[in-house]
Amino acid sequence: MRDVYVLGIGMTRFGELWASSFRDLFVEAALEAIGDAETDRLDSMYIGCMSGGLFVGQEHIGALMADYLGRAPIPATRVESACASGGAAVRLAYLEVASGASEIVLASGVEKMTDGADVTAALATAADQEYEVYHGVTFPGLYALMARAHMFKYGTTREQLAQVAVKNHYHGTMNPNAQYPFEITVEQVLASSMVADPLRLLDCSPVTDGAAAVILASEEIAKKAQAHPLVRIAASAQASGALALHDRDDITYLDTVAKASQLAYQQARITPEKVDVTEVHDCFTIAELCVMEALDYTEPGKAANLVEAGETRIGGRMPINTSGGLKAKGHPVGASGVAQIAEITAQLRGEAGDRQVAEARIGLAQNMGGTGASCTVHILEGLA
Amino acid sequence: MKSPQYTREIPQRYRLEAQKCKQCGKIHFPPRLICDACQSRDFEDVHLAGKGRVLTWTVIHVAPAKFDLEAPYVIAIVEMEEGVRLTCQVVDCNPEELALNAPVEMVFRRIQEDGQADIIQYGHKAVLQRE
Repeated sequence: MRDVYVLGIGMTRFGELWASSFRDLFVEAALEAIGDAETDRLDSMYIGCMSGGLFVGQEHIGALMADYLGRAPIPATRVESACASGGAAVRLAYLEVASGASEIVLASGVEKMTDGADVTAALATAADQEYEVYHGVTFPGLYALMARAHMFKYGTTREQLAQVAVKNHYHGTMNPNAQYPFEITVEQVLASSMVADPLRLLDCSPVTDGAAAVILASEEIAKKAQAHPLVRIAASAQASGALALHDRDDITYLDTVAKASQLAYQQARITPEKVDVTEVHDCFTIAELCVMEALDYTEPGKAANLVEAGETRIGGRMPINTSGGLKAKGHPVGASGVAQIAEITAQLRGEAGDRQVAEARIGLAQNMGGTGASCTVHILEGLA
Repeated sequence: MKSPQYTREIPQRYRLEAQKCKQCGKIHFPPRLICDACQSRDFEDVHLAGKGRVLTWTVIHVAPAKFDLEAPYVIAIVEMEEGVRLTCQVVDCNPEELALNAPVEMVFRRIQEDGQADIIQYGHKAVLQRE
């Protein structure tokens, strides 16, 4: 396996983008990434998309997007792993370049969620249809089950969950592409409408349209590029687990996140303390805490203390979700994992604008599907 | 839901039929073709007795369309006496009565129905075992 570099990044604004179609969102992000990479060459492409079928009635997404990007006949494949579709697309593009099969590959993610589909029902397909969804559980409901179990086991409080959303909204104010670039308070989170007790509306990531894309390339190609400081993919890892939350040994512990991150730390030859900037899959506030614990950033049960102490804010010891995270930036489900790679790359290039983390050299992106049954972890290294 | 799927799931929906791995003893609900713990394919049939305890719960306020008229309702993860866990509704109670490890018993109930001509779908919900 050879080294792989991030040559270009691009994303649409995230939000309720009624004027843009599903295919246009993809093309807009892909063109931005191609422009950022300053390359015309593309050998193949992967498109992460959780549910074009349920959200807009469209499958066969690979060929559609290659056609509308004007890149047919290159190979184009749609990748699905629920909300980890984007991370999985990045991983496949990484493997294709690392293997030597291709020199330049586009990895992207796209989701069009506001065209009128039953979003709650579509998202619920990421859980076990026969033994979870059959009984009326929703995605916020499943994370609420995790949240209450975490409260019982570790004494995590309602206010601590709210602080995750408050921090991510603060970061979102500095991201021009964020769906919700405004601050919120703990009081506002606690007063927002109940979705699935104990989780309220402002604990939940929103329904979002958007796309993101990255161009991955071999060392030979990357070293000729002059446009940006080099960013190398130091690790790409993925793990699978029980689809049904009730089948996990510990409902509060994301074992796939632990497994994928352990593999990634080994591959990158680092320990978690070496990571300067992190994007995690905060689909709900409780998820950010559980992910921090599974990434071994702290002991199980202690993540909320780090959030409370401001350690995960920009300027803190371990900034998390500098983009605003899924909560404030928005969560177009298939695109989120790719947007994380774009954010980490921007940070490691020193091109993150107002939200730049000083001297960021190593970044980690963690993306997961369902209640964590699929997880990808990528570690990136800036060579500036 | 279509009838082949509904018919196929009747043993679990109506009778909580599970399987026990003959090699390692792990009980699976629903049954699987291969044991995820030891890879054995040798099982014996067991019925869950229907008694368990609440490990965690939520109250769903924003429900999927099919359950809209029922909201708010309680969903819990229940650990059965046999050690397996399942997700189900907890009914006939006020959410304030729920507690960690609260004992429950499974009861046969209507779960959902979609549309005028569709199958009425049954299964099990939990009720609190009161002293």
